[in-house]
Amino acid sequence: MTEEPREKIIICRCNDVTKEEIEALIDRGITDIEEIKRLLRIGMGPCQGRTCLPLVMGILARKTGKKQEGIPLPATRVPVRPVMMGVLAGEMGDDDEE
Amino acid sequence: MKSEAKTVIIGGGIIGLSIAYNLAKLGESDIVVLEKGYLGNGSTFRCGTGIRQQFGDEANIRMMKRSVELWKGLKEELGYDVEFTQSGYLFLIYSEEELEAFNNNVRLQNRFGVPSRIITPEEAKEIVPPLNTDGVIAAAWNHTDGKANPFKAVFAYANAAKRLGVEIYEYTEAKDIKVEDGKIKAVVTNRGEIRTGRVINAANAWAPLINKMAGVPIKIPIEPYKHQSVKTEPIKPGQIEPMVISFKHGGVYMTQEANQGGVIGGYGLKYGPTYDITPTYDFLRGVSYRFAQIIPALKYVNIIRVWGGFYAETPDHNAAIGRINEIDEFYIAAGFSGHGFMLAPVVGEALAELIVDGKTDKPLDFYDPYRFERGELRGQALQMG
Ligand SMILES: Cc1cc2nc3c(=O)[nH]c(=O)nc-3n(C[C@H](O)[C@H](O)[C@H](O)COP(=O)(O)OP(=O)(O)OC[C@H]3O[C@@H](n4cnc5c(N)ncnc54)[C@H](O)[C@@H]3O)c2cc1C
Repeated sequence: MTEEPREKIIICRCNDVTKEEIEALIDRGITDIEEIKRLLRIGMGPCQGRTCLPLVMGILARKTGKKQEGIPLPATRVPVRPVMMGVLAGEMGDDDEE
Repeated sequence: MKSEAKTVIIGGGIIGLSIAYNLAKLGESDIVVLEKGYLGNGSTFRCGTGIRQQFGDEANIRMMKRSVELWKGLKEELGYDVEFTQSGYLFLIYSEEELEAFNNNVRLQNRFGVPSRIITPEEAKEIVPPLNTDGVIAAAWNHTDGKANPFKAVFAYANAAKRLGVEIYEYTEAKDIKVEDGKIKAVVTNRGEIRTGRVINAANAWAPLINKMAGVPIKIPIEPYKHQSVKTEPIKPGQIEPMVISFKHGGVYMTQEANQGGVIGGYGLKYGPTYDITPTYDFLRGVSYRFAQIIPALKYVNIIRVWGGFYAETPDHNAAIGRINEIDEFYIAAGFSGHGFMLAPVVGEALAELIVDGKTDKPLDFYDPYRFERGELRGQALQMG
């Protein structure tokens, strides 16, 4: 198998973030996973980071020489799986209105 | 870490960073910013992204008029795209009383050069096609309001400040402030002590703790309240461009993120005072119900995240900005409630002018930290977002 050009390697499939973008940010000195997350929006898509975060942690560990276990995981947010608004709104009646 | 600095700013949110950048821009050197977590982790990264000039009082209108001028130029000035777009703010009006209040606000805004106006429900629907206009009798609209990306704004200010020589220390918490005979001597941190003669309290929700460390003798009532926000999966671009607001539906606000396409927003449900920001199921239900009332098609859109953050509230929802006279060179800019993100560019500019030139042409008196002590509150700032 031939290797894909680096800029084509997608790490975050929800928000189309490439490996190159992540490495460029780390090279600029941004090595806090919470900051990488916010600047590139990894882990902020519908999958909530299930696909990309382990990969990003790996890149970060390799590039900074830190142990992967030593890198704190970013906050995960509810709902763990996407929920349709109508489902949540459905139970409420007009009497809930302020 | 430095052991000595001319100025120590406590708080690495958008306000502290804007002050740091503006001080350096006016030629001040030897500035340090202390942030106990990562930059922006306080309220700034949790905000609703909205930027508006539609306020009901002269001071906030004038401040925000200037702030929007600055927002427009930030990409050039800071050398980083903060994704500011002037996609407008649309307030939905459902009753004659509301209409009268908005008419008065619009008149005042127009006097200070903000081009807001009252429009018909049909015009509102042209601006936001999927809008439910049932019961809407009019709307207040200003096309020069907008939104920006808080993550990028924080980094833009931080990087520009660093280029001007500001040192920013993350994961560095101010633990104590040494004051002798009304003069600041040092800030004690978890990483050592910094000798300094000037401290700026930009810790927003935590500002009372910083005041206490320095022994600020006046009462500045700032309290942390939990507010929440949601974000949906991306929808087709251009559906909800402006920030759409309805006070009738409990202060609900929503907009479509400029570059991402997801809808972001919340409503006035609040908890506190508390330092707990765990999201609640009640909010998720309440916000979904309200969003679906205003844009029925949102019923079929998935929520992908919800988060909590602080409104650092004062009794009149206006911040405390200025000098504390009893302690030489102690300043505060905190208590920004639901509108600190939008004010950050002008607050940084105004406070830096006050510190360096001793005066500013911006109406900072309005935010006088001593007004609470005198029992002289301002009119309630329009609150949401
Ligand atoms: C849900 C929600 C929606 C919002 N929507 C909008 C909106 O649409 N538009 C708008 O303009 N505003 C909005 N806001 C308000 C806005 O987020 C805030 O007013 C603004 O971010 C305040 O910025 P700041 O820099 O003062 O505070 P923060 O960002 O909270 O920064 C203060 C910093 O001080 C640090 N700190 C505290 N104590 C110490 C210490 N001892 N040592 C070192 N560091 C310390 C904290 O870690 C924090 O990072 C919203 C807020 C919330 C919660």
